[in-house]
Amino acid sequence: MGKFLIRRTLLGLLTLFLVSVVVFVATQALPGNAARAILGRDATPQRLAALTEQLHLNRSVFDQYTHWLSGILTGNLGTSAATQEPVSQLLSGRILDSAFLVLVAAVIAIPLSIGFGVWMAMRRDKAVDVVGSTISLIFAALPEFVIGIILALVFATQVFHVLPAVSLIPPGDHAWQHPNVVILPAATLILAVTPYISRIMRGSMIEVLESDYVTMARLKGLPERTVIWRHAVPNAIVPAIQVSALQLAWMAGGVVVVEFVFSYPGVGAALVDAVGNRDVPTVQALVLIIAAVYVVLNVLADLATIMVTPRLRTAGQ
Amino acid sequence: MTTDVAIAPAAPVPAPTVLRQHQWLQTLRAALRLSRTKIGLAIVTVMVLIALIGPLVSPHTPTEFVGAPNAGPSSQALFGTDTLGRDVFSRFLHGGLSVFGLALAATAVGVVLGVFIGLTAAYAGGAVDEVLMRTADVFLAFPQIVFALLLVSALGPKVWLIIVTVGITHAPRVARVMRGAALQVVERDFVKAAEAVGEKRTRILFTELLPNVSSPLMVEIGLRLTYSIGLVAGISFLGLGLQPPHADWGLMINENRLDLTIQPWSVLLPVLAIALLTVGTNLVTDGIARAAIGIDRE
Repeated sequence: MGKFLIRRTLLGLLTLFLVSVVVFVATQALPGNAARAILGRDATPQRLAALTEQLHLNRSVFDQYTHWLSGILTGNLGTSAATQEPVSQLLSGRILDSAFLVLVAAVIAIPLSIGFGVWMAMRRDKAVDVVGSTISLIFAALPEFVIGIILALVFATQVFHVLPAVSLIPPGDHAWQHPNVVILPAATLILAVTPYISRIMRGSMIEVLESDYVTMARLKGLPERTVIWRHAVPNAIVPAIQVSALQLAWMAGGVVVVEFVFSYPGVGAALVDAVGNRDVPTVQALVLIIAAVYVVLNVLADLATIMVTPRLRTAGQ
Repeated sequence: MTTDVAIAPAAPVPAPTVLRQHQWLQTLRAALRLSRTKIGLAIVTVMVLIALIGPLVSPHTPTEFVGAPNAGPSSQALFGTDTLGRDVFSRFLHGGLSVFGLALAATAVGVVLGVFIGLTAAYAGGAVDEVLMRTADVFLAFPQIVFALLLVSALGPKVWLIIVTVGITHAPRVARVMRGAALQVVERDFVKAAEAVGEKRTRILFTELLPNVSSPLMVEIGLRLTYSIGLVAGISFLGLGLQPPHADWGLMINENRLDLTIQPWSVLLPVLAIALLTVGTNLVTDGIARAAIGIDRE
């Protein structure tokens, strides 16, 4: 298992390195002048020259890449082309706010959807299960911005006026100081990931409920509650944990659209702004951060699978 | 019923249950017996008709000003006017075509690329397989929308770029599934037989392998179409796809979302349209997926 852990981590690092190459090539090494792309058609020659210098565009592509990468590895994410502030200063607060949003969503969504999956499995093919499965199918299909806007219409602007449609946070404050601005964005993420986790949990639970050892436990006369929570759920939960980690990774990208819907001041909304402003250094930093989180969570998903699967845990020993 | 035996799925990828002839046709027939497929198909048909016929019957052009901005429903404008004073209903009727066109094109790009990569990896094996799938892993490290935005930031919001970038993000995901499905077929006798008589490898890929993975392929097409609709509309919703004054469901939501409180219709109509469309395609996809793994009950 130690061997696998090292191999999987190294593979993750290699992927991250290649991701940085893709990010760099897409933004800075493609044909066309990045400085002109940032400044637009009517840039003055002086500003063009200054920005070319700032982005080191006059050096070789390889030089540019190593300079950029070494900056990132030492915590220097470059200077925003839009505000001329250091990118790291621009993003540090936003990273915390996005992390808080994802954390709130995950802490609620994962237990909720696992419980929901168990509940549907126990009432297999009854009304609850059929309705639940249909609702999952609908929410799995809906793009996250559609869910977000419908929530805003219902809870903020048209039906109930109980929550803010725009997540305003005073400068300097953080999201956890204003919990009511987190509710709708978090609810959107929860509704977007719950169907995937609960569907997997339901399927896995149905399989386990049909197994011999569950029948055995029932025949022994154990209370149904013990049979479900002590015998069945621990055996059915592996695929749900795996898919939960994958959904957590999905949220790293999902926040982009959800934050934009509610103008939530996190990394996702920052990325949309940066792309609109063609602020290349900020886009590079943000895409790299999001991809890194995504890769790390995928590695963790694999590790979690190993940890909770006894057969895999002892393999190779 | 025909002679095919439904095998319970051992892996998440549906195993090919039928050999050769018209696997996809049988799956489709089985899928059409499920009511979710019928309901999904009905919804999609209505939405396609709105997108196709809408522009011909719309009361106004999508760009003319018919009244004050954000006016409520009136005899002039059935669902009121948008943030600039254009007819919401006419823009809604014109706005589906681009969502459909872009989503279909992006799905085609992604599925064709993905099928080619996946089947090649499965059939060639060895180093080719390793290189192709590790490259796919690198692209899988980007959430789809983030990769799309990365390319838009470099090249600007262009229609062809939306198609290509969404297609590229689908390709590694499709490739993984198709490789998994094809691996179960490459060792079969009829592939060996085709090799023995000296058929060309590309021919084997498309005449021997592809027909036997056509059920999982149909599921992928449906799934990628559902996601394409969300991505294409989502990119325009972020203001980074189709540009004003284009009438497009995604862009309409972007333009009018700040006036949600005063004029909900300009946001609600396109939101409902996208919702119905994605739910419809997903219902059909789920029906096909069930049929592909041999579940014939609802």
